[in-house]
Amino acid sequence: MQKTGGQLVMLVAINCLLLVLGAAISGGSFLSLFNLQSMASQLPEIGLLAIGVMLAMCAGNGGIDLSGIALANLSGVLSAVIVSSFVSSAESELAFSLGFIGGAVAIGFFGGVINGLLISKLNITPILCTLGTQMAFMGLAVVVSGGKAVMVGSPALLSSIGNDMFLEVPISFLIFVVVAGLIAAALKFTPYGLWLMLTGTNPKAAVYAGFPRTGVLVATYAISGTLSGLAGVIIAARNVNVKFDYGSSYLLIAILIAVMAGVKPEGGYGRVICVVLSAVALQLMSSLLNFGGLSNFVRDFAWGLLLLTFLAVGRYDLTGLLFPGNRQPVSLAPRPHAPKQDN
Amino acid sequence: MSASRIEELQEGASRTRSFSLGDLIRRRPESITFVLLVAICVIVAVINPAFLQPSTLIDIGRASVVMGLFALGVFIILAAGGIDVSFTAIAAFTMYSLTVLVLNHFPTTPIVVILLVAILGGMLLGIVNGLLVHHLNVPSLIVTIGTQYLFRGFLLSFVGTVWIMSLPPQMGAFGRMPLFQFESANGAVVTLPFYFLILPVAALVTWWILNRTLMGRAIFAVGGNANIASRLGYNLRTVQIFLFGYAGALAGLAGIIHVCANRQANPFDLVGTEINVIAAVVLGGARITGGTGTVLGTILGVLLIVVINSVLVMVGIPSTWQRLVVGSFILLAAAFFVTRQRKK
Repeated sequence: MQKTGGQLVMLVAINCLLLVLGAAISGGSFLSLFNLQSMASQLPEIGLLAIGVMLAMCAGNGGIDLSGIALANLSGVLSAVIVSSFVSSAESELAFSLGFIGGAVAIGFFGGVINGLLISKLNITPILCTLGTQMAFMGLAVVVSGGKAVMVGSPALLSSIGNDMFLEVPISFLIFVVVAGLIAAALKFTPYGLWLMLTGTNPKAAVYAGFPRTGVLVATYAISGTLSGLAGVIIAARNVNVKFDYGSSYLLIAILIAVMAGVKPEGGYGRVICVVLSAVALQLMSSLLNFGGLSNFVRDFAWGLLLLTFLAVGRYDLTGLLFPGNRQPVSLAPRPHAPKQDN
Repeated sequence: MSASRIEELQEGASRTRSFSLGDLIRRRPESITFVLLVAICVIVAVINPAFLQPSTLIDIGRASVVMGLFALGVFIILAAGGIDVSFTAIAAFTMYSLTVLVLNHFPTTPIVVILLVAILGGMLLGIVNGLLVHHLNVPSLIVTIGTQYLFRGFLLSFVGTVWIMSLPPQMGAFGRMPLFQFESANGAVVTLPFYFLILPVAALVTWWILNRTLMGRAIFAVGGNANIASRLGYNLRTVQIFLFGYAGALAGLAGIIHVCANRQANPFDLVGTEINVIAAVVLGGARITGGTGTVLGTILGVLLIVVINSVLVMVGIPSTWQRLVVGSFILLAAAFFVTRQRKK
């Protein structure tokens, strides 16, 4: 448990450092209520996707979900097309909003179940499977929308999810926090969480221990898909339109957040609270770069560098160097190679 | 030699006479790709005879050069159990930086030197990948996603974002240099460019490395089981660096050919096509977990993807369906190969 403490402390420290740095650079306006609110309302989309990636990574055996953003866009596009053929968003605002939200989440769920079934039943490697479904989901969104943006409009309920505040906190951010809390609770207090982590640690032993392998995998990818669907709802609520290629860089950023949060790419370990904190840190950094007037390309460069740096941190236990009190002695000598996992 | 090869030989010895279709598919998964390719071509040719014009075929050949070079690099990494998504960024980086360099500082460099520098530049970036993958000891997918953003971000923020329309003359000339030319029925001149030859040459070199050198054996061994390979005395570091260096070199070459062929250098090009390339390699029968695959299969996979991309419109399917079709093909192929392997 010492390791988890180190990662958490480091993320909190990074967040505080970024806040102080932002305040210093901008002369206080970085910490203004407006800026904090706008950052909080940008966070949920990517945060939800990152939690999905984390769950898939925890499942081990090269688990990863590359289809997240494609599924989020598909949920938005497909749900918008289906629901608006029954009700118009201008006339019956509530019915449209509820229909749209329900549709998008259901589509996300089904997409996730498809991923899970392909991976667990057909034994397709997660990378390959989600690569294929990513393309298929995106392709389906293109076909359904004809490659154009689909108008969702801003019916009352939906637009309040995207833009309104509750006690000065954006509603979308509240949704994100509640969902993250639910998943954290599920991982900590239900058998599912234990099964997931132990399956990720050693798939073979998990099967012999009688864990429902198919069930765990399908549930994992279904949750990840549902989160994508929810992200699709928030994207639609914030942007009025949905389009098949929205957020093309989210795939990397979601993985970056997960790796920054100390989720092990080989499976078996990850904490939701760390993912949330690292998503916050990334959002702060992104806003900071914007404040500094740097272009998006510099930001891409910084993300790449950051991802590799954090991989190196995880590899060589650099957190131990920063917080020596938390850890056993650190050795920089390369460990022997982790055994390659075969199917 | 890879485990599957040995099994293949044993199987071949035990039942030389009893030939069956299932065996053929299991031993040579690319035969499915070939059958699929022929079937698609026949169907398209029946629906729209214009497909069989030499000009269409030459277009397909031309379009497959860049993708084919990428695919050979991806294939060799896949064979060793890794995966690479940064090759398009390497290609974009090399081609754009090199074009800028030649245009502004060395306008008289001969094309051969340009090609060699492109190969070298790609190789260096690839070696960066190889070192990172080896020393960070995390899945190469995650590392190369990082380096993709790193290379592309560096290119766009520090090298430039301007679309270069007027290339150095020697590069334009190389793109136009014909291998052979003829006049088609409707009077238009059809050209198979000289750079087409690079693909077969690269394929032969890759085949030679994989099947005739110790490095080839090391690659398949590492793809089969990295742990055992390292205990057998293969140096994983050397193998990883070679792999990614070789793939980077092919990517650099592909990038510069892309520039010469299109007669313009657009720094935003190429990145985003990597999934198509990986799809081609997987459709060619290489398992994503490593240890299997053939060069011939990879080339067939590339042809399949290029043909799908270019014929959908010819048979009256809107081009918006392209992604969905390719995505479904990946899933079908993956499911098919997995079930075949399990029956063994």
